Amino acid sequence: MDLEYSAEYEQYRQDLRKFLDENKHRSPGMSGTAFTGEEREKIARDWQALLIENGYAARTIPKEYGGAGQEPDPLKAHIIAEEFARYRVRPGHSGDNRLVPTVLDLGTEEQKRWLVPPTLRGEMTWCQGYSEPQSGSDLASLSTRAHVDGDDFVINGQKIWTSGAQRADMIFCLVRTEPDAPKHQGISYLVFSMKTPGIEVRPLVTMTGEATFNEVFFTDVRVPTTQIIGKRGEGWFVANNTLKYEREGLGDPNQAESRLREVVAILERETVDGQRIIDNPVYRDRLLRLQGQVLAMKYNSMRILTSRSKGEEPGLPRWIVKLQGCELNHQLAGLVIDALGELGTLYYNSPLLRDRGMWQQRYMMDLGLIIGGGTAQIQKNIIGERALGLPKEPKYTEASS
Amino acid sequence: MDFALSEEQQFLQSTVSDYLAANCTLDRVRECVKDFQTTDPNLTEGLVALGVPGVVIPEEFGGTELGYLEAALIAEALGGAIAPFPFIGTSVIAPYLITRGGSDEQRASLLPKIATGEIQFGIAFTESIGRRVSNPTQVSDDRMSGEQTFVIDGSDCELLLVSTDSGSIYVVESHAVEREELKSIDRTRSLTRVKLDNTPCEVLPGTVDNTSLLTNALDIGRIMIAADTLGAAQTMLEKSVEYAGERKQFNRVIGSFQAVKHMCAEMAAELEPCRSLVWYAAHSVLAIPSETHIVACHAKAHLSEVGQFVARKSTEVHGGMGFTDLLGLHYWFKRIGLNRQLLGTPDQVREQAAQAQGW
Repeated sequence: MDLEYSAEYEQYRQDLRKFLDENKHRSPGMSGTAFTGEEREKIARDWQALLIENGYAARTIPKEYGGAGQEPDPLKAHIIAEEFARYRVRPGHSGDNRLVPTVLDLGTEEQKRWLVPPTLRGEMTWCQGYSEPQSGSDLASLSTRAHVDGDDFVINGQKIWTSGAQRADMIFCLVRTEPDAPKHQGISYLVFSMKTPGIEVRPLVTMTGEATFNEVFFTDVRVPTTQIIGKRGEGWFVANNTLKYEREGLGDPNQAESRLREVVAILERETVDGQRIIDNPVYRDRLLRLQGQVLAMKYNSMRILTSRSKGEEPGLPRWIVKLQGCELNHQLAGLVIDALGELGTLYYNSPLLRDRGMWQQRYMMDLGLIIGGGTAQIQKNIIGERALGLPKEPKYTEASS
Repeated sequence: MDFALSEEQQFLQSTVSDYLAANCTLDRVRECVKDFQTTDPNLTEGLVALGVPGVVIPEEFGGTELGYLEAALIAEALGGAIAPFPFIGTSVIAPYLITRGGSDEQRASLLPKIATGEIQFGIAFTESIGRRVSNPTQVSDDRMSGEQTFVIDGSDCELLLVSTDSGSIYVVESHAVEREELKSIDRTRSLTRVKLDNTPCEVLPGTVDNTSLLTNALDIGRIMIAADTLGAAQTMLEKSVEYAGERKQFNRVIGSFQAVKHMCAEMAAELEPCRSLVWYAAHSVLAIPSETHIVACHAKAHLSEVGQFVARKSTEVHGGMGFTDLLGLHYWFKRIGLNRQLLGTPDQVREQAAQAQGW
């Protein structure tokens, strides 16, 4: 056990700090808001290009596809995340962290060259067409169908929970192409433009009052048969590759740690009957309970990072991150709401609003995250079955016979 | 950056666990606790042979001085096996205080005997955690009078370390004090009340006008207790998973029911990050001492909460059998229950962590 970084990594950190000191003024959001949408987009694209050029974004993606072409190194990735957060500078991206790895793992050479470089540059943005109204946790039962007509797939059906669909250039989408095959073997993974005729996007307003999600309807949408990742009927396995990358991001303990600092700040700032809330023994104890959990999750993530840096599969410590991390964030927001009393209920730009209403916004949004990306209950199935080795639920037909 | 156990640490862990699996069976524990015996002499012999009591004692005094993370790994294994063995007081807190606060003479005469298992130390620090008596221990002219309750490892000890409200710590011979065994729910460990009446005592000179050693000793003790709970809770989780995978009802193993599977998953999800918290806290003692106090309080408090959760859920997974003495699951339940209250309740140590952060 050694929590120090070796000289090589310390040097890497120093170089990164020097880079950020010299360039942070070029980061989006650092130079005021008096820009048009177009100018803002250019600033974001230039920033991303600068980060890739210096190896601080799209690190491990080969240069031939527009990445920085460096060796995978979880410690460097961690240092980058830490320093960008410390400088409060917008981090770069590796394109879409669900799509790009999938295309690189399973796409054809032509697909990689078509899709990856513009995605990394931020010129091609993505939404995910997985869930359907009748296929949530049981995603493999999805019924959006596509049949082949000439050189095209013709798609009909509906997707839901599609974040960013109204802005995205492209969609990666699961459709049923082999209706007679068993459900997991009848799905294909298609990629196509959101401007394709026959696509209708309707915003889905959530309990937060914002339309962060959409419903997407497909009516005779024609997509060339070459725009499939993997083979026909293999889409489920291609998608699982993507889900693997998506789950990594949910429940990030760094987020919980910085949220905890914000909780402390507001509990120190607010008073009731002349007493600071943080001096109230009840809220103080709740705060400390949550701090204990935040620390445990922080050190758990150090353990995951260590496993990764040695090329080992982290196992149980990783399986629990989404479940525990999302719940913890939710409870941190809940503590502030309770501590604020009636003030905690204010929303919608109300007078007396605290912290721009973010605690209620987060409290609700976190509930969405507890449900989304694999519900808490599905997470518990995964932990029970994959990590602890407990048997799966018998299939419904078997149980009823 | 390497937050993982080394090969040597893993080897130590498996050596002690394997030894306990073979020699500290539930049947053996039942035999010991029948008469409220909280030290199994056979076990002591075997663990001394493995070097367990010398884990933090410097080599020049016959120990292996492996460190506090190693000590925590041993505590975890002992908790996992509900071992009747006085580790936390005798093998960790006492050597820490004697090494850091003792005179050359005290170090030379006491530490080697601890390493060989020749003497055991009772730890009488309740005075510094929560006073329950009207006549706290006081010293005048190298003689001590007063009372201490809830002495750790005090049942079979030859010597006691006794704290006073000044933070100074004294060595007292236990035959010279009046001892009364208390009987807690956990029969695998001793809790003792001692009364002193003008009893000769010898100060650990480094603890005079220096409360930091006592604070550190309490923190280290809390980390060890947290590790003990981690081990006990891990065993309860493993027993639950095993039982849920075997027990059949409605023609199915009960672990295939989500109601049961989810209880197991919740236990695992709560417990797994605790392992990292305990590692970090134990590692900090020597590597990052400025963080130890806060993280030790958190380890103690958080493991108390998660331990209690696991103890309860595990019992439920076992259904009616979990409630019986036939299965013996309650020994782990009670070990976790005692750990929760020792050296500061969760609420108490959380408040200490709050104050230490200026809140």
